[in-house]
This record gives sequence, C-alpha cells and structure tokens, in this order.
Amino acid sequence: MTVNGEVVTRDVEARLLLVHFLRDELGLTGTHWGCDTSNCGTCVVLYDDEPVKSCTVLAVMAGGHDVRTVESLEWEGQLDPVQQGFMECHGLQCGFCTSGMLMSARALLDRDPDPSEATIREAISGQICRCTGYASIVRSVRWAAEHPAGGVG
Amino acid sequence: MQVPAPVEYARAISVEHAIGLLGRLGEEARLIAGGHSLLPMMKLRLANPEYLVDINDLHAELGYIEVGPTEVRLGAMTRHRELLESDPLAAVCPIFRDAERVIADPPVRNRGTLGGALCQADPSEDLSSVCTALDASCVIQGADGVRVVPMDDFHRGPYETAVGHAEILTEVRIPIRPGGSSAYAKVDRRAGDWAVVAAGAALWLDEHATIADARVGLAAVGPHTTHLPEVSRALRGREPSEAAWELAGGIAASACRPVTDSRGSADYKRHLAGELTRRTLRTAWERARERGGASWR
Repeated sequence: MTVNGEVVTRDVEARLLLVHFLRDELGLTGTHWGCDTSNCGTCVVLYDDEPVKSCTVLAVMAGGHDVRTVESLEWEGQLDPVQQGFMECHGLQCGFCTSGMLMSARALLDRDPDPSEATIREAISGQICRCTGYASIVRSVRWAAEHPAGGVG
Repeated sequence: MQVPAPVEYARAISVEHAIGLLGRLGEEARLIAGGHSLLPMMKLRLANPEYLVDINDLHAELGYIEVGPTEVRLGAMTRHRELLESDPLAAVCPIFRDAERVIADPPVRNRGTLGGALCQADPSEDLSSVCTALDASCVIQGADGVRVVPMDDFHRGPYETAVGHAEILTEVRIPIRPGGSSAYAKVDRRAGDWAVVAAGAALWLDEHATIADARVGLAAVGPHTTHLPEVSRALRGREPSEAAWELAGGIAASACRPVTDSRGSADYKRHLAGELTRRTLRTAWERARERGGASWR
C-alpha cells in the first residue's frame, strides 16, 4: 500500500488491523488506537482520500490502496491549515481524539472548502472528544476553511 | 485489546471467482465486504472464520445505483455513503436517504455496504426494514446460477438469510410502482448508535388517492419485524388520514416484541414503535401526494 506517499510492502498476518500496522510496523504513532470497536474515531485515517476507522480495516485489505495519516499533514515545516486552526482556536485539550479529528477535517475541506457548522458537525459525528471540546473543534475547522493558505495573512 | 483470531485471506477478482473460492475453501470461509459487521464480530470471537474472501475489488462490478422507470437496481457492494448521496435514488425512494443519514457515522458509511448489512441481518440493522418496506427482491448467485428471492424470504431472522454457502448476494431490485413514496425514522441515544427503535414505511396511492398498498417494517424490536403484514392488511383500501396512521401505529406497537435493555424499557420501545410507524406513514403519504401532483390531493 501507499502510506503518506511512500510505497510500503510488508508480510503481515491477515488478522493484523490497519491501526496496528501503521503504529507497530511503520512506527506512525500519530494515529491513535482507542476503543477498538469503531465507536470513538481516534484511529481515523484517510483511505483513498476518505476517512475510515483503521481499527475496523485489516491491513491486508488496504493493500494496493492509498492511506494517509496525520503525519502527512505537515509539509516541509509548514503546518496544514487544519493543524493551524486547531492551534488558533484551541481545538485540542488532551489531544487523544485530535489526529482523527484532523484527518476528517482535512477530508471534509478537500471536498467542501466552505462547510457550514452543521456540515462540520456531521463530518465529525463519528468521533468522540472526551474533553467535550466540540465547539472549539468546529471553530478550528472553520478557521482552516477561512485560511486555506494556513497561518500567513 | 480486541483482535481477530488467526485467519487466512484471499481476494476475489470477480463474482465467479468469489463463488469458486467459497466452494473450494469450504464452510469456514466468509465473504468480507466493508467489514464493519464482520470484523467487530471477529474481534469479539463471535465469528471465527478460517478464511476471509475479500470482495472489495468487486466494487467496480457490484457498486452501482441504476434507477429505471419501473425498477431500481442496487449493486450489493454499493456503500452506505453512495446510497446516502444518490439524488436519483432519493427522488424515487426517499426512505434510503432518511435511513442512511442515521446509519452509523460518516467513516463507517464510507466502508459499509448494502449487501453486507442485509447479509448480516442484525435485528437492529436498518436496511433490512428499508428493503422489505420497499418490497425489494435479492439476487443471489451461486455456482449453479442465479436466483431471485423476495426480501420477506431473504431475511429469515436474526443473523440468518437465504444466502447459502458458496453463494453471494449480488443485487437488490426494488419495484417502482406509481403513486408511491416512503420514509424512515429512528430514535437513537446518540449519533451513530444502534437504534432504540426504528421504523420504515412505504405507501402507494391509487387513482382515487386512497391507499392501494402500504408496508411497514421495524428494527430493534424483535426477531421478525422487518415486515408487518397486519399493518398492510389494515391500510389497504383506506383513506389516508390520522385515524389510519393511528390504527397502523397501534398494530405495530402490539405486533413487535421489544426487550428491556440499556437503550430503554420494553414499554418505551413499544411506544416508539407506534409513534415512528405513525410518523413514517404520514411522511410517506405527504411525499406521495407531492410526487403525484394535483391528482393525488
């Protein structure tokens, strides 16, 4: 599969979940491993550009597909606007849900650069912030929509 | 930590290939589509297949929504999100968009499939009630050919369908009859949770704007509620009215067999079954009138 633009090939057990493949085989621990039951959404990564819960995908099923994790957002020292937005608007407290939230936010903005509050809430409705910082997360995504070039200007 | 037991994995490249693999690998082989029912069950060791046959590469072949003048054909690999976003499907079967809005959550809808949901036949699952309300039929393919099974026979009870070993559900066919529309409603505790209770209704008006036929299905209130024939019998030939919805709601409430659990008491669920039946029939009727134009008013 391709992970963050790089082709990776590994021999793995068929039962290995994508989240563990990313964290344990590739060392990409930005993707968090949470509830194990496709409820909490902290393990969300982009699979062929759309959010999926990586605890409910087998790594072998992702073979031949394109996977993007939170590590791909920053590019040459420049944070992605959604990362910048979470900083500007206090979109994280403990940070556990953040990588999944960032990936859903990125996928949403790629599809809809100017989403309404309701659209943002719908997009992150499969993800749980146990600090209950939803209002700040929604504001952070709106900030990113309003600053598509990131922090400059 | 929840992980599946050791399992062998193969990818199918066509429907025939999948059927051949299932036949060769034996009874302990299972198809995996979106995986959002099977993988959680494998993690809990409630399902312990020896082989998984991955059919995601068949999305190109089996992921389609074809809306024709008399029939809608849905490929079994059509994902929840595709069902949600299809405007042509929502125009003829608005029940799909109603239901898909409240099925799981966006990342799950990106993977889960129509066929996977129907074949899982979870008693709290929504699309079995949706397809049964629409009087759909399922196309099942095996080594010996293809058979078409109405939803009433397809859905045999919790976790049980008419799909046999080495067979695959390939398509769902929904007849389009004039004067009809549909609706779905669910009560859940939070976004993405299983239903406390859900109801789907489809209704068809004749040329005099009386009810030619109506079908109601419930989810999460017992093993055999995807179709309530007694509601259909009571509504056929009646004038659409609050009294008719009231009658249907009462029948639905007494026909279901909810159990008390963490989502609510049996009495509360029975109340919801009645109320959601009334609401979905009312909405289906309003939509049928809108679609029919002046002649139905």
